[in-house]
Amino acid sequence: MIYLDNAATSWPKPPEVLIAMTDALEHAGGNPGRSGHRLSIAAARVIYDTRETIASFFGVSDPLRVIFTGNATHAINLALKGMLKPGDHVVTSSMEHNAVMRPLRNLDREGVRLSITPCATDGSLDVQEVARAVTSGTRLVVMTHGSNVVGTIILVAEIASIAHRAGALLLVDAAQTAGALPINMSEMGIDLLAFTGHKELQGPPGIGGLVIADNIDISQIEPLIRGGTGSRSESEEQPDDLPDKFESGTANLAGIAGLGAGLKWIQERGIDEIRNHLKKLSRSLIDGLSSLPNVKVYGTLDPERSVAIISFTVDGMRISEIGLRLDEEFGVLSRVGLHCAPAAHKTIGSFPEGTVRLAPGVFTTIDDIQKAIQAISRMVRS
Amino acid sequence: MTQYGVVLFHTTSAVMRAEKLLIKEGYSIKLIPTPRQFSSDCGIALRFDWSCHEQVKVALDEANVELDAIHFLDTKGV
Repeated sequence: MIYLDNAATSWPKPPEVLIAMTDALEHAGGNPGRSGHRLSIAAARVIYDTRETIASFFGVSDPLRVIFTGNATHAINLALKGMLKPGDHVVTSSMEHNAVMRPLRNLDREGVRLSITPCATDGSLDVQEVARAVTSGTRLVVMTHGSNVVGTIILVAEIASIAHRAGALLLVDAAQTAGALPINMSEMGIDLLAFTGHKELQGPPGIGGLVIADNIDISQIEPLIRGGTGSRSESEEQPDDLPDKFESGTANLAGIAGLGAGLKWIQERGIDEIRNHLKKLSRSLIDGLSSLPNVKVYGTLDPERSVAIISFTVDGMRISEIGLRLDEEFGVLSRVGLHCAPAAHKTIGSFPEGTVRLAPGVFTTIDDIQKAIQAISRMVRS
Repeated sequence: MTQYGVVLFHTTSAVMRAEKLLIKEGYSIKLIPTPRQFSSDCGIALRFDWSCHEQVKVALDEANVELDAIHFLDTKGV
């Protein structure tokens, strides 16, 4: 089997991740912050250690500014719904996933003013388009860091400068880039970063987070949910302390433990080495697909300007047939369709049919890529 | 006989931060259930040797660890 669906969720996971999850449930299985016994304290330590790892991984000095959520979608909703009020102006791009688009469309109906800056057909965004859209009334700019359809990287550091000059903040959806590209929030000017644990960060599904930059005043963000935090229990009002203000209910201990192990695994291997490996796989995949007859490859076709996500279509073949045959006849696992990103497919010209998406991961080898290309080659020539 | 003090915090995360910091600086500490006579703020409190209470306070202040209060505990230490 050749697993090329790492943009949906990475697989396999490093063995250390599975061990950390089992270990946390077995040896640190209390409810963090609720009780004072040893298992509760052990759980709290696992969670705090992971906060520290995440903060340093993304270039934030205060670990309490790492807010755990269920996934990137949850984190994006927290930021958007926590900050935007009727009358506020928000700017986004035409390459966004529905994790961004759906809450924004919902807020738009409630009186938030939405501007969508157009991207090129390769998924790239001219930062001047953002400069034209941002005004003094803009409260937030929200952008994907890397497209989940074609992998194209958005130049978020340049967009941060534009947003900040207008007095707006920048929220980055790093679902596809966290763990695949180096991200330093303070150097890049990212104010809010939404990430998910189960893709290139090598963690399990069900854990993600919102990282808030050190200089952001948290009084401007309302919680998405309220409830028990284990702190200030005498009060029936939500506390303002970080991270409790945004984290009600029992934490996903096993998920957080697994995510922490995934991050350490990445740090040991080195993010630059991972990036180089994925660039080589991308180059090989793009070149192989581009050489086949009747195959159209979307995106920049440049691994320097994208993460390892490649979309293609074949003239005269349905994408669903390609996906099924790749799985059944060749053991190549892909994802076909619209990838929860209708706006992105409209931008690249593949709506409503969609594309076949191939996304190698850290465990994918060049040999895997060559076999996948041979499989697609046999299919298109048959 | 050792006399203990206890640091109370608003959040578990702050307790974790304080624990790491004080262990790193060589203090003998223990996390205990928050003594009921003081507060119900956070389930865990940090117990330390009262003879170090000035230094502990300075260490936590310097690291910007947000704490609720520091109390003298009796010799039972609970």
